[in-house]
Amino acid sequence: MAAPKKGRRPTGAQGRPGRALAIILIAMVALTAGMFISKQTTPRLGIDLAGGTSITLKAKSEPGKESAINETNMNTAVGIIDRRVNGLGVSEAEVQTQGRDHIIVNIPKGTNEQQAREQVGTTAQLYFRPVIAFADGSPAAPEGTPSPSPSASGSGAPKAGDGKTSPSATPSSSATSQGRALSEALKAPAAPTPSPSASESKKADDTKAPSPSASAPAPTGDEAAAAALQAKFAALDCNDPAQRAAAGQGAKPEEPMIACGQRGDAWGKWVLGPAQVNGQDVKEAKGQIDPQRGQWIVTMQFTDKGADKFAKITGELATKQMPQNQFAIVLDGKVISDPSVSQALTGGNAEISGGFTQQSAQDLGNMLSYGALPLSFSEDSVTTVTAALGGEQLKAGLIAGAIGLALVVIYLLVYYRGLAFIAIVSLLVSAILTYTIMSLLGKGIGFALNLPAVCGAIVAIGITADSFIVYFERIRDEIREGRTLRPAVERAWPRARRTILVSDFVSFLAAAVLFIVTVGKVQGFAFTLGLTTLLDVVVVFLFTKPVMTLVARTKFFASGHPWSGLDPKRLGAKPPLRRSRRTGSAPAPVDAKEA
Amino acid sequence: MSKLGDLGAKLYRGEVGYDFVGKRFLWYGVSILITITAIVALAVQGLNMGIEFKGGAVFTTPKTTVSVAKATEAAEEASGHDAIVQELGTGGLRIQISGVDTDAATDVKKKLAADLKVGEADINADLVGPSWGEQIANKAWTGLGIFMVLVVIYLAIAFEWRMAVAALIALIHDLTITVGVYALVGFEVTPGTVIGLLTILGYSLYDTVVVFDGLKEGSKDITKQTRYTYSEIANRSINGTLVRSINTTVVALLPVAALLFIGGGFLGAGMLNDISLSLFVGLAAGAYSSIFIATPLVVDLKEREPAMKALKKRVLAKRAAAVAKGESPDEAYEAEDEPQVVAQGRPGRRR
Repeated sequence: MAAPKKGRRPTGAQGRPGRALAIILIAMVALTAGMFISKQTTPRLGIDLAGGTSITLKAKSEPGKESAINETNMNTAVGIIDRRVNGLGVSEAEVQTQGRDHIIVNIPKGTNEQQAREQVGTTAQLYFRPVIAFADGSPAAPEGTPSPSPSASGSGAPKAGDGKTSPSATPSSSATSQGRALSEALKAPAAPTPSPSASESKKADDTKAPSPSASAPAPTGDEAAAAALQAKFAALDCNDPAQRAAAGQGAKPEEPMIACGQRGDAWGKWVLGPAQVNGQDVKEAKGQIDPQRGQWIVTMQFTDKGADKFAKITGELATKQMPQNQFAIVLDGKVISDPSVSQALTGGNAEISGGFTQQSAQDLGNMLSYGALPLSFSEDSVTTVTAALGGEQLKAGLIAGAIGLALVVIYLLVYYRGLAFIAIVSLLVSAILTYTIMSLLGKGIGFALNLPAVCGAIVAIGITADSFIVYFERIRDEIREGRTLRPAVERAWPRARRTILVSDFVSFLAAAVLFIVTVGKVQGFAFTLGLTTLLDVVVVFLFTKPVMTLVARTKFFASGHPWSGLDPKRLGAKPPLRRSRRTGSAPAPVDAKEA
Repeated sequence: MSKLGDLGAKLYRGEVGYDFVGKRFLWYGVSILITITAIVALAVQGLNMGIEFKGGAVFTTPKTTVSVAKATEAAEEASGHDAIVQELGTGGLRIQISGVDTDAATDVKKKLAADLKVGEADINADLVGPSWGEQIANKAWTGLGIFMVLVVIYLAIAFEWRMAVAALIALIHDLTITVGVYALVGFEVTPGTVIGLLTILGYSLYDTVVVFDGLKEGSKDITKQTRYTYSEIANRSINGTLVRSINTTVVALLPVAALLFIGGGFLGAGMLNDISLSLFVGLAAGAYSSIFIATPLVVDLKEREPAMKALKKRVLAKRAAAVAKGESPDEAYEAEDEPQVVAQGRPGRRR
């Protein structure tokens, strides 16, 4: 680049440094104010610094299902996992996709890690259970008595041989009470509940449904369990999200359970028998339109084993009356569908029809074919970070950062003397901007300062200081040419600006590519690098340069005070060019303060 | 510092200077030697891949009185796998056990807590599947590829293709040296290392760009003068920007060094250490390559150009003529228009 011709005013707001400074000052005040108004005075700390559990799941590519790993399925999986972890009552758990086939689940400290992992990692918590009783969601409201038909039958027992006959409890019209039916039904599975509720009798009394017989039989283990379940069922309020989430949790497949589920717009509750078929027995299911009836149905295809089991249970259920001719499809302890059965379904194929929309049919199809999740996942890594260690790491990082900063400051002071103060204040401005923006981004885009990000911020001190060096060296070169400070500052700027922009662009490019391509921890690092590189440009343009212009007007710097870092003598300035032509090549350290 | 300032002034005026370009084959030789060493080390010793690439668990314990040797024994007994135990600055231990999967880790943690007499809840467990590090590495390769393509395009536009090619070679050179150092010394390669390595991309080029910018400026009107050949101008540019390069490198290295020695010293191995170690090695290599390799490479590429060949011929002819006339070569230029390029400094050095 040719030296600008004499007298030409270099570009840049030479005369108006105040405006640029005002802009950056306003920006700083606004950001700081925004930080306090939104009460985000510290950057949100990542899971590695604040502590917690981070689980990385990788979608498994299964033969024949390679195309299953797609955005839609990944998002469905995120939705399901999110419901699982947040259904635990865990607040602020983050579930997000990372890259093409990873899901990262970040669970803040204070969560039961084991439980969380079970929740997140399990893919096939899908069961087909026979319905024993149904009521709408509220706790034992009178109109909630579900079965219009008085007949009740205790079934769902695995030992039921063929589907034609009901093995045990005889349907009797006299046993009209739901409670009675329940008790009998529940006796059959002979599966003792490990922890009978202590408050069973009290709860049972609350039951408004007439159940004289519920307390009548001798309280054997089974009976107690049945009563407990019945009591729980009566008290269950599926309209309460907390109860809803807790209802089906922890139920063992081989035991009866209570569960909530959505029926149309309202919530319903069920008592369900032991699981007969599970998600893994389903080979494939999909939602499709039935061309004959013109409605959406879900077709299922079972595995050989699944087909046998399904034939058996449908055979049993077909003989019964509402609601016990239904089976419930239970996903993660929640009833997602409760189709009724009219005949034994053999041959491994079945279809569910009635009331589906395209969306609901396809969703159910998806859930059925992939178990609970549309994809199966493997645990890639589980990271538990205790807060103490995170704090330690952060502390070490901050100490290292402070020392690094101090070293840079010392170096700048020794080498650039007075000029260093401009650099240091610029670094400070940069730090304030970085801090406030990071704090605000915590809320804005969920940016979390993790350890690599801290590392990135420390490394960025160097990048930021580099731009000052480029500019200062340029100014000094101009002074060596014999110019006085004011023109030197202005003439050095366009050249320094070019270098700064080009090199910052390269840094930014690296950060951007890293951010887009990588996953997880690396992203935080790349983001910080990119952010600080951008801020470097902002600070150099709006702060360092204008301040330099102002400073050039002060006597201390303009006169080239020995401590200003701009002493022409020390810099080996020579007298202005043209007049020095014939003085030869020797340095001409004559007084060059004023030409 | 005034001495350094003097040096800066002298370098700037070209009174002193190192003949980087003239001695480039020496430095090419040095670099080729280092590169070969790096490749051999890589082939023979390979990289010490961290647990993230092999799969396993890392346990970090609070302060404990159990010795490292005892802890290693306990960890190996508890897990049945090899264990690496390091003491942390906090007095705690960092125990790496490869081959431990998610299920086994809980048991190992329990046993470790008992053996080391610390609370189970205080032990921090970091479990990694073998694919995790691989994933990061794969993404890193993709990122590296994309970045290289983009940056070559950018540099070719901002400067010219010769500089882009030279910068790319210098970049590969830096990465090779860094990887070579890892293979030679046997530092552990972790995702942190990969992050650091990727950051070198931007940094190594930052330095190179600063030098190239000076070169581009210095050689702008090169064909309008007959005083210097391209390689001479290039050498002057390197020397002129030397102080700037040294300063930016020192300033960039200081925080990284702080991270490496203080952050690392305080906590022992860990993410901070891994990132800063590879950054430190890469930065140092980057500073070296931008001065000794990148610019000389540009010169080699550039001097093949017919225009530059012609210029060299003219310059040499002119010098010969001046000598024949018995004039100092300097006098010969007086008749000419002052070339803007060299107007910044006096021709102190002559050939």
